[in-house]
Amino acid sequence: MATETTETKLQSYELMVIFTPVLAEEEYKTAQQKFTDLITKNGGAIVHSDAMGLRSLAYPIDKKTTGLYWLVEYQAAGNVNAILEVQMGRDESIMRQMITRLDKYAVEFNERRRKGIKLVHTPKNVVETEEEEA
Amino acid sequence: MAKQNDIKYLSTARVDNRPKKYCRFKKLGIKYVDYKDAEFLKKFLNEQGKMLPRRITGNSLKFQRKVATAVKKARQMALLPYVTDLMK
Repeated sequence: MATETTETKLQSYELMVIFTPVLAEEEYKTAQQKFTDLITKNGGAIVHSDAMGLRSLAYPIDKKTTGLYWLVEYQAAGNVNAILEVQMGRDESIMRQMITRLDKYAVEFNERRRKGIKLVHTPKNVVETEEEEA
Repeated sequence: MAKQNDIKYLSTARVDNRPKKYCRFKKLGIKYVDYKDAEFLKKFLNEQGKMLPRRITGNSLKFQRKVATAVKKARQMALLPYVTDLMK
């Protein structure tokens, strides 16, 4: 009974990982593959995977000023995240990771973002006023 | 006619008649505040990277909370700095 409910109700999540910038292109790809496999093996489904590549950090992490970002949206049962987190914690190449639970608006937003539409405006008020703070 | 003009000077002149603040999320129909969009979140931060109060941004409480969590997430992932100077 309990297993049935967890299987039918897949929750959307988003995982953002910062790998160390010292990784080679291949290592970066294999690391991504490793975690996508981990998700799919545990009954999850990848919705979208985005290798954002090398980006500068807002502040240094582990004395490094850049990081290899990787963003993946997936649907999985809640217990998958714990497995993922353990594996990511053991991985030396990961500087930081974060799993965000996505609600229906977030899923919608991400879909739209991928298509390249910046913002949604409700038809009633399409007033673009950029109120800047003093 | 002259009377009305006199009354004008008797009462204190309104110096600032600024437009009413509004919640931009409600007005534009934005339902989700994305933590990945650092440029957008910067609108709610001051030069030191601190969050601006609702008093200034005009956000509704619901969305101020969402902005706060988004900013905190962005800081964790090094998309926004915790402390800085001259961000803008």
